[in-house]
Amino acid sequence: MFKTLLALLIFACATVAQATPDAALVRQLADEDSDVKIAAIQTLARTSDPDALRILKAMSEDGLALAGEQVVIVDGDKVFDAATGAPVPAPENAEAVTVNNRIRRELASALAALKLFDSDPAARLESAQRLQSKVDAGMAPLIARALEKESDAEIKALLTLAHAQANLANNDPAARLAAVRALSGSSSPAVKNLLLPLSGQTGGKAGQTGDPDSRVRYAAISAVKAIDARLSRAETIGRIFSGLSLGSILLLGALGLAITYGVMGIINMAHGELLMIGAYSAYAAQSLFRNYFPNAIDWYLPAAVPLAFFSAALIGVLMERTVIRWLYGRALETLLATWGLSLMLIQAARVLFGAQNVEVANPGWMSGSIEPIANLPLPLNRIVIIGFALCVLLLMWVLMNRTRLGMFVRAVTQNRAMAACVGVPTARVDTLAFALGAGIAGLGGLALSQISNVGPDMGQGYIVDAFMVVVLGGVGQLAGAVWAALGLGVVTKLIEGWSGAVIAKIVVLVFVIIFIQKRPQGLFALKGRSVD
Amino acid sequence: MRKAFVFRFLEALDARQQLALAAFLAVTLLLVPILHLALPPGNVFHVSTYAITLLGKIMCYAIVAVAMDLIWGYGGILSLGHGIFFALGGYAFGMYLMRQIGRDGSYHSDLPDFMVFLDWKELPWYWTGSDNFLWAALLVIAVPALVAFIFGYFAFRSRIKGVYFSIITQALTYAAMLLFFRNETGFGGNNGFTDFKRVLGYTITSPETRLVLFGITASVLAATFVFARWLVASKFGRVLTAIRDAESRVMFIGYDPLWFKLFIWTLSAMLCGIAGALYVPQVGIINPSEMSVANSIEIAVWVAVGGRGTLIGPIVGAFAVNLAKSWFTVSFPEYWLFFLGLLFIVVTLLLPQGLVGLWRMLRQAKA
Repeated sequence: MFKTLLALLIFACATVAQATPDAALVRQLADEDSDVKIAAIQTLARTSDPDALRILKAMSEDGLALAGEQVVIVDGDKVFDAATGAPVPAPENAEAVTVNNRIRRELASALAALKLFDSDPAARLESAQRLQSKVDAGMAPLIARALEKESDAEIKALLTLAHAQANLANNDPAARLAAVRALSGSSSPAVKNLLLPLSGQTGGKAGQTGDPDSRVRYAAISAVKAIDARLSRAETIGRIFSGLSLGSILLLGALGLAITYGVMGIINMAHGELLMIGAYSAYAAQSLFRNYFPNAIDWYLPAAVPLAFFSAALIGVLMERTVIRWLYGRALETLLATWGLSLMLIQAARVLFGAQNVEVANPGWMSGSIEPIANLPLPLNRIVIIGFALCVLLLMWVLMNRTRLGMFVRAVTQNRAMAACVGVPTARVDTLAFALGAGIAGLGGLALSQISNVGPDMGQGYIVDAFMVVVLGGVGQLAGAVWAALGLGVVTKLIEGWSGAVIAKIVVLVFVIIFIQKRPQGLFALKGRSVD
Repeated sequence: MRKAFVFRFLEALDARQQLALAAFLAVTLLLVPILHLALPPGNVFHVSTYAITLLGKIMCYAIVAVAMDLIWGYGGILSLGHGIFFALGGYAFGMYLMRQIGRDGSYHSDLPDFMVFLDWKELPWYWTGSDNFLWAALLVIAVPALVAFIFGYFAFRSRIKGVYFSIITQALTYAAMLLFFRNETGFGGNNGFTDFKRVLGYTITSPETRLVLFGITASVLAATFVFARWLVASKFGRVLTAIRDAESRVMFIGYDPLWFKLFIWTLSAMLCGIAGALYVPQVGIINPSEMSVANSIEIAVWVAVGGRGTLIGPIVGAFAVNLAKSWFTVSFPEYWLFFLGLLFIVVTLLLPQGLVGLWRMLRQAKA
């Protein structure tokens, strides 16, 4: 109470003495009591006077001293009177004004507010942005003055918002109403929290009845609603976006699985480890560039694309030729044998790269985010991944539908015996299809390395998810895998928003089990007459 | 004359098997306790506490392996998520063991330590009655059975089989593991249950209690084996094998495979639950990692190593693989995964009938 009274008192003094800072006010900067000092700082800051800037700056640099009753600025061996700025002889008994941390914070924000009058637009913009998060009632006149002088549209918009925020505590209901209306177009949670006490709705402090003026109160209620709607829309779009990016990773993982399952009827449990190999290829490429081409480090990722594809494909061919080939027709045993392969690959990664996660950095052009609408940051790396998945998908589509190999793969998927009869080299198609699926998994791992940890165990979590996609989408068609992957990704992220990641996993699993009750062949079943 | 119930089961064994069974029970129920208690620790023939715990643990695994063989070797259903039933049984009995700690925990509260740590004021509803041994024993069987029945009903009804079924069991277990890792689930989060003090009032670490638990485990393993042998030789077992080999034909003849599969599936889950309940007091800890995907798949490799569809094979496999694991993880911890991985591959590629099959082949070659 005392503080406010004092502030008001000083404020009254200050408005009178507009031209040069009042000597009495300046004297208060050197008061014993911190509260008095702070009040004086705030008052000075509001004057938007070049002199005020000079004095506060000196104070923040510990250059303010008290000589008897006169406050002076000590700058090296020169001494000025603080209030007038006139040089004065060096006093003998000058005592430095103590500035504690609380006062230092106050000084920093006061100086920032004064930057609104800086001649450099960049400095003004920065100051206006700072004001968005912390503005108090007393600053309204200051901001209004800055607004009059301002010509830059962007800064002007920010200042209008800040002005309205400062005016929320105005004694005049009309001013408050105008402020609330101006703020209702915002979409920031901070503004919502400012408006909540005025609306008198839940979220305000207990026992709060809202603004005494009913028009202001109603305006506040509808403003809060409008901001809420905007916020939740941004949140939903954000979730769908992260669902899409999860879905594209799932898609890259599942495409390979769907091909091998379609062609050979086996599930490769080491498929997750092919993702891991892709991710470690990114790491290897990064290390290579760091050591040999440090200038082109941002381009290690494009270089890692063929590396990831071919190393995973090579391991895939080896797996197919040495183990899987001998187990055709024994699907359950293939599960076990490929699981054994996955254990060996994990242990090999541990031996080669260490058991710890390795660090794979986003290249410069992939870090950061864009914000198409307020409060909706879309990370660039996820956008790139979605685009990358689309490219891979497109190439896959061309390969499957426009090439001889694609035709063979589809033929073997539909009817292996008949394809063999008309001369399709099924064994070679098997190997190539497996290599292709492995390579795409490697690309998926490359994408994964940009958004999550790279470690020996990273693939284990993805095999189940990727298989869910295959189950949902049905075998043998790209469209099924695409819809299932994106659908599962988005649904998972949406449920995650309501109930957490674990519940989301369980719900998705239950959903898939119920789904295959209805459509055992998946979303897009191949039409055919085969029996098992 | 009606024969006593037990003898009807024993008739399923031939004379050689009955002899082996008697020898097994004599060793585990008489010889091991005597060697453990009567001989001083320095003696060559002394059976150490470590050995008893290890063998007890492996016998629990052997029960799981027999349960797994019933569905995989005879029913043709490969579950990659049997760890969930084992862990559920373990958790059900673990709840009882946690309540037996009483006020001797580190917080001296009536609640289990982890609940005090989470600042819970009372037991959740599903802990009701967990201080009663009989109720806990019922839960050990009923919970895995219920989960298996519901899951199995929906899965078998829509004729999910082969790799689809395997992967979905894996997903189920994975989801359950995530659920049990949460503190809010009320089962101790990732630490699970541990620091047990007593069971039925007896100190859990005393040599006598250990030997009794060891003996019970051996008897349950023997009973499981005899029962399984009887079951697969019965008419039910033969229909089951027929379903494994040609499900559609069995259906056309007029059997409904759903109930055969569902019965053996639920029974297998119950056996796993019992094994889990025996495992927890001997090993002294149960945590969600028992439900990890890797553990569940390892069960399948015990069966594969020993020999599917033979019943004695899974027991041999469980002992062989787990003894190898104990040895490897002490001597060459880095190479265990390579060895296990190689084991998976070699057994599926070269030994489809497992060790038992190899033994038979060698004997035939000699004859």
